[in-house]
Amino acid sequence: MTTAQAKTKAKLAKPKTKTITGADMVIEALAEQGVDTVFGYPGGAVLPIYDAIFQQKKIKHYLVRHEQGAGHAAEGYARSTGKVGVCLVTSGPGATNTVTALTDAMMDSIPMVCISGQVPTFLIGTDAFQEADTTGITRACTKHNYLVKDVADLPAIIHEAFYVAQSGRPGPVLIDIPKDVQFAQGQYISKDNVVLHSYQPQTEPDMAKIEDAVALMAKAKKPVFYTGGGVINAGPDASKALTNFVKETGFPITSTLMGLGAFPAHEEQWLGMLGMHGTYEANWAMHDCDVMVCIGARFDDRVTGRLDAFSPNSKKIHIDIDPSSINKNVHVDIGIIADAGSAIKAMAKVWKDKKYQADPKAMVEWWTEINGWRKKNCLAYTNSDTIIKPQYALERLRAHLEKDKRDAFITTEVGQHQMWAAQFLPFNAPNRWMTSGGLGTMGYGLPAAIGTQVGNRDGIVIDVAGEASILMNIQEMSTAVQYNLPVKIFILNNQWMGMVRQWQELLHGERYSESYTDSLPDFVKLAEAYGGIGLRAETPDELDGVIEEMLKTDKVTIVDVRVDQTENCFPMIPSGKAHNEMILSPDADKFDKTLV
Amino acid sequence: MARQKSKEATTSVYGAGPKDLTVEQHTMTIMVDNEPGVLARVIGLFSGRGYNIESLTVAETDHDKNISRITIVANGTPAVIEQIQHQLERLVPVHKVVDLTVEGAHVSRELGLFKVVSTGDKRIEALRIAEIFGAKVVDSTLESFIFELTGKPDKIDAFVDLMRPLGLVNVSRSGSCAMMRGKDVL
Repeated sequence: MTTAQAKTKAKLAKPKTKTITGADMVIEALAEQGVDTVFGYPGGAVLPIYDAIFQQKKIKHYLVRHEQGAGHAAEGYARSTGKVGVCLVTSGPGATNTVTALTDAMMDSIPMVCISGQVPTFLIGTDAFQEADTTGITRACTKHNYLVKDVADLPAIIHEAFYVAQSGRPGPVLIDIPKDVQFAQGQYISKDNVVLHSYQPQTEPDMAKIEDAVALMAKAKKPVFYTGGGVINAGPDASKALTNFVKETGFPITSTLMGLGAFPAHEEQWLGMLGMHGTYEANWAMHDCDVMVCIGARFDDRVTGRLDAFSPNSKKIHIDIDPSSINKNVHVDIGIIADAGSAIKAMAKVWKDKKYQADPKAMVEWWTEINGWRKKNCLAYTNSDTIIKPQYALERLRAHLEKDKRDAFITTEVGQHQMWAAQFLPFNAPNRWMTSGGLGTMGYGLPAAIGTQVGNRDGIVIDVAGEASILMNIQEMSTAVQYNLPVKIFILNNQWMGMVRQWQELLHGERYSESYTDSLPDFVKLAEAYGGIGLRAETPDELDGVIEEMLKTDKVTIVDVRVDQTENCFPMIPSGKAHNEMILSPDADKFDKTLV
Repeated sequence: MARQKSKEATTSVYGAGPKDLTVEQHTMTIMVDNEPGVLARVIGLFSGRGYNIESLTVAETDHDKNISRITIVANGTPAVIEQIQHQLERLVPVHKVVDLTVEGAHVSRELGLFKVVSTGDKRIEALRIAEIFGAKVVDSTLESFIFELTGKPDKIDAFVDLMRPLGLVNVSRSGSCAMMRGKDVL
């Protein structure tokens, strides 16, 4: 509904209304939308809303230490709970500091509402103190944004923002509210009186196409499921439906970084993650398949590798809620616009009703081939008695988490540690894995872990980090201490920006330009300085004790794991290569370092 | 891995673009809510994703429903044109996007204003050509005319070419307005 329509409708319908301030409307509308948690940071242009927060108990506000942290915390909260994450910031620098988090949520389709204060309407455009063209700046990094110029429009806009954020392909929505609008009095409108006419995403699939797709699957000799974050976004039900359908068909399944957890990793049909650092078996299955069933993934360049060599002999089925994702990077044979959950359920029904069955002989051959690839043992690494290998550290973490009865949530920063975490940690349920996939935001993991812990007080939340990434939002330690959030920060500390170093070694003639960090802080003392707990492991035999201790702490804890400085992350598809040209750890020495 | 420095080996994933380079021109009509920033959203989408706009016109067409109609002429490969349509449909204030070039027969018109400064024979010739094209004189001094001409974009182009040697100093063109032929409604 446009603002003008909202006004008309409010006048016509005469719903039960009350006159309150804009700031109170914000609280009222958030509460009506089921929001009880807000991450934010106050400032001049948003003070009326903070005044309203002070005088109520419906919404709990978490004070972060930097607005980027508020954005990522809201993302972590949203990914782990399935609810809309909310952050509240002031005008100017407050709003510009959230731009990275908004872009991150945009790329990874995370439902989020960001409310920013703005200078009073009569000062907009005058280069006022802490003024920024927030809607202009965030237009490209939000799904939609609003500048509220009249308090009468405010409630409808907030309700509309929540609808836009969580419907269709989810994403971040920003509402910029000038200070005088926060002070102004107006009539509150409840969400039932707001209707949106223009934005109506399709969620139910075209059944004719579903039937074509399932018929194609039934005839397949070398099928593979390739699923993504869309399945997670469709809710736990969709993951359950996917698991059942995949088991029903007997097909192998791989997933993108964003889709980990939708299908349990302990199942036999699970091939592991695909893509640049995906498993050998997953990438070869993608390359050699004859029918690819892509659900809620978007053929990202890190997944496809070289486009013209991507899965050359397959018929491709693509299910996505966003019509613009279909045929964007890869031409597909059957494109179905639908919510992942609805589509999977529809496919499963057709499969059952038509009594389809995978060709048993072909499936035996296909699985034999896949098991041959599995024998490569592509995640193998050479362990050491003296130096901690990062993979070994994560294997030990995994072993301890498997014994722990608590629900484990993993967040990561960005780099080698992120890929190792994706390869070595178990993801058996959706909404347990929070990582910055599309944007690749270093500094995401700690604030996201804070948001995750806020949304899951009984869970154990671990930020698998690198020593470079963690320093990008280390100030959020203070937030974790303030709210007694016992987040664990598991730093794989190699003193290098590991992934940058790896690319420089393999692709830039071993010229290590600016990727070594000198003068790192003492992370144990740093943790203690913030009021948390600091632990360190320097040799493999210290690891288990340190992890055990970490899992017992009731405070934010940094574990400084000093790992091998030169370990590289394999398997790897070098940029410009196809899926079947990936290199494994033992091949690394043979890799032609002069190629690029 | 083979140590060969072929072209293929240096192709980066970023550079492996589509090979289909047939560029087509399409005319699209977009119905949007008439609200602040909506044009910026449409234009930002084109600039942000590297699409080319040939022309763009916009004005409110339904005051009661608060709807504006945008006509965009864009160039791109078929895949890019398909992306443009879907990306436009993603914008929240967009009600409908119709690719008139795909839908079939449509009428496309453009308005132009042309200032021609000349005297003597050139001035007489300019006036004569204007008559042939059916252009109207909307302003005149002893040394200048402003002509108004409506027509298909290529007719406007032809008029510009003819007027250039006759003292054409300023051109203002509206860009295309377009509508589907027949009784069908958008």
